[in-house]
Amino acid sequence: MDLRFPIGYLFSLLGLILVVWGVIGGKETLAKDGLNINLTWGIVMLVFGAVMWFFAKRGAKKG
Amino acid sequence: MSILLDMLLISSCLPLASLQMHLLPVDYVILVAYLAVIIAVGFVAKRYMKSADDFFLSGRSIPGWVTGLAFISANLGAQEVLGMAASGAEYGMMTSHFYWVGAIPAMVFLGVFMMPMYYGSKARSVPEYLKMRYDEKTRTFNSISFALLTLFSSGISMHALADMLRLLLGWNYHVSLFVTSAIVLAYVLKGGLSSAIYNEVLQFFMIVFGIAPLAWMALHDLGGWEGLVARMNEVKPQAMHSWVGTSGTENPMGVPWYGIILGLGFVLSFGYWCTNFAEVQRALAANSMGAARRTPLIGAIPKMLFPAIVILPGIIAFALTSDVVGGGYAIPKDVHGHLNYNQVLPSMIVHYFPSGMLGLALTALMASFMSGMAANVTAFNTVWTYDIYQQKFGKDKNDAQLMMMGKLATVAGILLSIGCAYLASNWNNIMAALQTVFGFINAPLFATFLLGMFTKRSNSTGAFWGLVIGTSAALAFYGLSFATGNPPGVKGGWISPVIEFRKELSQGFSVAIVAFSTTFLVNAALTLIKGREKSDDELRGLVYSLTPKQADGDEPWYARPAVIGSLVLLACLILNLIFW
Repeated sequence: MDLRFPIGYLFSLLGLILVVWGVIGGKETLAKDGLNINLTWGIVMLVFGAVMWFFAKRGAKKG
Repeated sequence: MSILLDMLLISSCLPLASLQMHLLPVDYVILVAYLAVIIAVGFVAKRYMKSADDFFLSGRSIPGWVTGLAFISANLGAQEVLGMAASGAEYGMMTSHFYWVGAIPAMVFLGVFMMPMYYGSKARSVPEYLKMRYDEKTRTFNSISFALLTLFSSGISMHALADMLRLLLGWNYHVSLFVTSAIVLAYVLKGGLSSAIYNEVLQFFMIVFGIAPLAWMALHDLGGWEGLVARMNEVKPQAMHSWVGTSGTENPMGVPWYGIILGLGFVLSFGYWCTNFAEVQRALAANSMGAARRTPLIGAIPKMLFPAIVILPGIIAFALTSDVVGGGYAIPKDVHGHLNYNQVLPSMIVHYFPSGMLGLALTALMASFMSGMAANVTAFNTVWTYDIYQQKFGKDKNDAQLMMMGKLATVAGILLSIGCAYLASNWNNIMAALQTVFGFINAPLFATFLLGMFTKRSNSTGAFWGLVIGTSAALAFYGLSFATGNPPGVKGGWISPVIEFRKELSQGFSVAIVAFSTTFLVNAALTLIKGREKSDDELRGLVYSLTPKQADGDEPWYARPAVIGSLVLLACLILNLIFW
């Protein structure tokens, strides 16, 4: 099993949940200083998950 | 599991408003998504499991980057994540010695010098290596003490988790205990060591993503790094340095520099990382000698940066607590009005994270407990099946029978851990005493390994009696020493409080040095008296000088263990200098 697949799936999913929550959650998603940490960190996780998934996919094609 | 940190009594005070988490549906969605993925990984890993070797050792088929991340994740239990934040608040930058003097050099030593014998000998466990190098009784001593150690460690870890969930969320203690155990049981039973290792890697990333934003957000409250330094210079200047004040004992840990290097670094950390089977097992699952040697080295790279995630929040918490203009965060106090350091991390999470991030951090904490528990359980079932059951009762057992025994041992191991968790929740003192004993149990073992792996002469009489007498000497020294302010009892001094230490940590380091030295001297003396007992042929592949030099000339330069090891040590030295 190429572990990059489950890592890619899990963190894209979690990133997506945080991004959606960051957009629709209103005041509940903001940190005390007003930073939309859910949106920011969700994007970071989404990018990480997508990169993992991309490399897993490329690895699967090669071999 | 970590070295010499006290049991986490998170609930040593009543639930506080500042510690209650209020979860929204989004937080539960995150938790459920994580749980679904780790159970699914168990089911997928099962497809690759055909023999007992697959169940216990993943069929030696896993790439190095996976075993490397699993290697550090196996240690990321309760004490690591919560305990290091607590120590950061209490001792400041000196806590980094657990990493930059302790763990990292030990991991480099394991990968570069010890792994050729561990992996090359085809031993299936650490006790089995002792059997090959020495004899049956040395193996039995180690397998029994290790089996007990793992059960108690995972029990304590599970107790801490259930207790934390009760405090933070008001969840029922028993339900938390049984549900989390059932999840770990499900994926270990399904996919054996492979699913434990795969999930440890997922848990590693989960912990990093869940905890990393904390230091960043809290630092913002203090006006960034400069604000933190300025504040700490006013309230506790030494807490920003790792070595200043260590020429004597006038430093936050109360330990001089040689105590740090010999006690914490050489004896305790090398002992833990180089001989604890829950760690070494991850490297044994690697798919080649090169990957096995790279396992601790690859793990060392993120491990080196972990202080930024786990220690830094503790230091920031201390600065915020003594800051009048900060963001309103303060470390909770216990019933006596003292700062309750064990609650630093959970209380910061509750204070800083809005819903969504809160669910992520909670999931990260649960992941950290599960990875520690699964690591202990997979090490336990292997040692039980190969080193105790097969050896004593089942020399003629076939592969299917061994696998069945491994599964039974997994169930039994989890049930016994639950028992230990209840023991911990009812008799804190017993568990504190046991933790004290387990804190130095690797020290005699490391002396035995050093002589066994790097000399041809050391014999089994020396090994066995070295372990027995070294462990007894440590207990005796504990009985004669105490830390200022501790009454005689579980924390030492139960024979007669003669030797006084300023802090429990320095007492612990000294006990470890005594245990190591006694074992080393007894082993060496008996070896000189009784002489060598095994021929060069019998020791081939088990002793360094009789193990073929690893030919890694055909690997690219950046993949060679000696190169990675040197770079990691250099980076570690630079970090020590920066935070001098």
